[in-house]
Amino acid sequence: MTEYSLPLPVLEGHSADFYGFCKEGELRFQRCDGCGAWRHVPRELCAECGSWDWTWTRSSGKGEVFTYTVVGRALHPAFADSAPYAVSVVEMEEGVRMLSRVADVDPAELEIGMRVQVDFEAVTEEISLPIFRRATV
Amino acid sequence: MKEACIVGIGQTDYCRKPGSGLSQLALQLQAASRAIGEAGLKPAEIDGIMPFPNLGRAEEFAANLGCQNLRYAATIHMGGAAPAASLQAAAAAVNSGMANYVLLPAGWNGYSGARVRQTVSQDVSSIPGGAIARDYYLPFGFTAPPQWYSVLARRHMHEFGTRSEQLGAIALAMRKHAQLNSSAVMHGKPMTMDDYLASPMLADPYRFFDCCLETDGGAAVVVTTAERARDLGTRPVRILAAASGQPYPADEITNRRDIFRTGLTIAAPEAFGKAGLKPSDVDFAMIYDCFTFEVLQQLEEVGFCERGEGGPFVEGGRIELGGELPVNTHGGLLSEAHVLGMSHIVEAVRQLRGELGERQVKDAELGVVTGWGDFGDGSIALLAR
Ligand SMILES: [Zn+2]
Repeated sequence: MTEYSLPLPVLEGHSADFYGFCKEGELRFQRCDGCGAWRHVPRELCAECGSWDWTWTRSSGKGEVFTYTVVGRALHPAFADSAPYAVSVVEMEEGVRMLSRVADVDPAELEIGMRVQVDFEAVTEEISLPIFRRATV
Repeated sequence: MKEACIVGIGQTDYCRKPGSGLSQLALQLQAASRAIGEAGLKPAEIDGIMPFPNLGRAEEFAANLGCQNLRYAATIHMGGAAPAASLQAAAAAVNSGMANYVLLPAGWNGYSGARVRQTVSQDVSSIPGGAIARDYYLPFGFTAPPQWYSVLARRHMHEFGTRSEQLGAIALAMRKHAQLNSSAVMHGKPMTMDDYLASPMLADPYRFFDCCLETDGGAAVVVTTAERARDLGTRPVRILAAASGQPYPADEITNRRDIFRTGLTIAAPEAFGKAGLKPSDVDFAMIYDCFTFEVLQQLEEVGFCERGEGGPFVEGGRIELGGELPVNTHGGLLSEAHVLGMSHIVEAVRQLRGELGERQVKDAELGVVTGWGDFGDGSIALLAR
């Protein structure tokens, strides 16, 4: 694998769990054992009911673009060669939203409400990033 | 509630090239020293200091200025919302006797300190939710404020039909005001809608001219009680009420059920309620204008118009001098200089003293100052003559 030069998550605590599942090709969010609420980003306890118990529960992987931006000029040196690139907030069927990108859609064609499906991009030996592709069904 | 007053204001020169030539601390000390002097005070009388987050410590301000009797030091960690939020805390501090005279300094080399700024863009640990940004935003290239807020603007356009020309109207109003302010970095550099629309896209829908300036400069104010204010040389400006608030969750920008509910949504009704006033009573507004859409959004959340009506509201000269609600008569962060919102307080004080000549709002009696910081923290102060 060639050297990967973009910022990577730090794998510790909950982020190690979250990205650990991604590496296995699974998108999982914390789901409260007490009230069933889904949450992202990971938290220590449920802000809805106060329960400290949760289960990493598999998402359908389906969602839609809630909002997005197209970055025309990178403001972080590592992304200098990436611009223009799009960043999307995807609202999942479970109700949580996550920041990611829609990999196979030209930034100019991106639209709010576009149906997307999660996929994973292995960027290093340890880390796979959850990305999205236009939903086929 | 007992009133507090702003009794001294100070600022440095605002510039880009070749830079201030001063350290970040010296720049702020210059502004602070002018504010203290203008109030007719001696540094030894300043017994409270509220530094802007991450730009210096009360200890070093006190040691350099000669504040030998410092007993109240605090920083409100709300980024650009800190200055107006600090007015709230400073007013409480002087009225409860924790301090007699509180200094609020701010300033930075936002232009000539570019190397520092670039480091900050790669290290998000100083913002709330820094680890969240590191682990869930940065890997996807969501790295900086214009990008974080641009997704709110995009969603607003989708839900309410807000248009680029309306964001442009905000940029143009600030630029027009800067033509009346010789301290403004954009003084002598007027802008047209064509200029605005032709500027390069930075983070869609934010073009280059939707974004605040990068400048060197400092500003400072001094707060004391209404009783003490009467004995000083300047015309005091009253802090009728000030409040601050946070969005929920404040450390993560994408998972808010209501994406447009920010700190100001909570703070504004509190401030107006305390003062027994309403937005229609206001003569002018100094709105924290890090980006054009944040002005539009804050106008809505303060209650100058309904949610979703900000686009039409900013059109037709309504927010320009001579309009119904002049906004940022100094030119703001967009066209005067990026002085972290402290310059907004300074301008409001000058309006209420009636010393602004060409850009004076006629018979200005009541003004609003807002702050916006981090992922949408908000603050507001209602100031009166
Ligand atoms: Zn729960």
